[in-house]
Amino acid sequence: MSDKRSGEAPRNLLSREKKDNLIKCFFLLCAVFSVGVLAVILFSLFYSGLPLFKSVSLSSFLFGMEWYPTFAPPEFGILPLIVASLLVTILSVFIAVPLSILLAIFISEIAVGYFKDGIKVIVELLAGLPSVVLGFIGMVVVAPLLQDVFDLPTGLNMFNASLILSIMIVPTIASLSEDAINSVPQEYKEASYALGATKFETIAFVIVPCALSGISMAIILGIARAIGETMVVLMVAGGAGAIPESIFDPVRPMPANIAAEMGETPRNSLHYHALFAIGIVLFFMTLAFNLVATYISRRFKEGGSATL
Amino acid sequence: MKKVSSPQMMWRYLKQRLFFSAVWFAAAFLTVVIATILGFILINGIGAISWEFITEPPKQMMTKGGVMPAIVGTFYLTCGALLVALPLGVAAAIYLSEYAKDSMGVHTIRVLINCLAGVPSVVFGLFGLGFFVVFLGFGSSILAGSLTLGCLILPTIIAASEEAIKAVPQTFREASLALGVSKWQTIFKIVLPAAAPGLVTGSILSVGRAAGETAPIMFTAATFFTTLLPRSVFDEVMALPYHIYVLATAGTYIYETRPLQYGAVLVLITIIFAVNISAILIRIYARKNKRW
Repeated sequence: MSDKRSGEAPRNLLSREKKDNLIKCFFLLCAVFSVGVLAVILFSLFYSGLPLFKSVSLSSFLFGMEWYPTFAPPEFGILPLIVASLLVTILSVFIAVPLSILLAIFISEIAVGYFKDGIKVIVELLAGLPSVVLGFIGMVVVAPLLQDVFDLPTGLNMFNASLILSIMIVPTIASLSEDAINSVPQEYKEASYALGATKFETIAFVIVPCALSGISMAIILGIARAIGETMVVLMVAGGAGAIPESIFDPVRPMPANIAAEMGETPRNSLHYHALFAIGIVLFFMTLAFNLVATYISRRFKEGGSATL
Repeated sequence: MKKVSSPQMMWRYLKQRLFFSAVWFAAAFLTVVIATILGFILINGIGAISWEFITEPPKQMMTKGGVMPAIVGTFYLTCGALLVALPLGVAAAIYLSEYAKDSMGVHTIRVLINCLAGVPSVVFGLFGLGFFVVFLGFGSSILAGSLTLGCLILPTIIAASEEAIKAVPQTFREASLALGVSKWQTIFKIVLPAAAPGLVTGSILSVGRAAGETAPIMFTAATFFTTLLPRSVFDEVMALPYHIYVLATAGTYIYETRPLQYGAVLVLITIIFAVNISAILIRIYARKNKRW
């Protein structure tokens, strides 16, 4: 028996530990490679975007009021696009946040049985709807409606885009807020009821404040999602490259601008580089929101004996 | 039942009533919105659906015919994306859940993968164009589009796989290791088979996501019109989401092709819902047959 083993041993080129270690390294490599994708994204954005700044200064790019990439001489000011992105996002968050938080409370504290399962399925369905479909709905349903009701020259405007975007980010904010509310320890609620608080008072003054960091993380991720969303703003925001004066003006947020113009831009022209430079701005804006959300979720983990 | 007497109590209960109505209203509102959207698409789209619509290419300047090349293209692109992202994502998830210690480096990897999940889809499109199409010279092709979509769904797959692997009870691993089985054999023979239903569910859900994305394939793979089916991975393809976008916004006959648009939207959401529902069914089935 022992002879047989020692006879076999040399055929195993690698010892057990070495093999285990090699395989561990392989998995580590895959994890690092996944992170590497982020680096390659950054590299390709800079590689194709930075050449713009040989001929256009950073401040005239970021704070310029005119976006006329095909004029002679061309103008590459993206301030109206940034403002449009921010306004559309803020408006959609204003619509989506109350709705999402009420939904989260409904799912985790109020609904039971079929209602609870039903609304969860509905939120999942909504999360699964492709953005191009929602954009299409915005074009063929919401736009004519807005045009008639408010007597506007066009229904494709900032308000329409915000409405559709808010529908889109509801699942994100609602499901993350629901997680946060669910992680509030049961004892807190019981203590509140024991003091004679009503269910509403418990929700409003105990549960929601306890889940506040999780809810704010949900909102920030919703904002990040809304800023980067492309198809909806491309199809329904109207596409006018000026700072809007009312919420019914057409606007041209950054993602819409990139998607609309990239198709007809000659490779390696100044215009091409400028669109990548907008991509850089967009990338860092969403990155900042994501990092803040990560920080909040780590820094303010909810306390309580039940969760720890 | 005790009667509420004091005005103060009545006010407290009134507030509760109002709040509960608001919550129920929110739930009802969302239900109505989604029912309207789906009902609208179904009612308008069902008329366009026919055997011809599913099996024939567009005809007469896209105003007639079907969406077959777009369905095929979307199929190739999503399969390609899964082929790229699944092995890499599962391997990364194995590292994060089985090997990683709570160190600074691992922490950084997690944060960065989270950041990757937050990158906007249009930025993925730019990345695909700048890197795969131009820098590596793949041109606008299935290959470039699949790689771009693969990178897009990678963080989703990693998160879902990690969750599935973590759900495997620790005692399974301990029992295997106690029998003298090495770590990687434990992972391949014990952990992965036990986590398989979760892995499958996660990857199917990400297929649903990839099939509906438009912005990442706009400049990397999708083409406005082709009657030919792709013959190699370097060919451009039509894709359903892009087809919808083009018909609805850029075609010459936007109003004449409305029925086709509704039909294409209906086909797309049917595919995506079918994919998602199959994932949910697998999850339910796996839970029922769970032996731990």
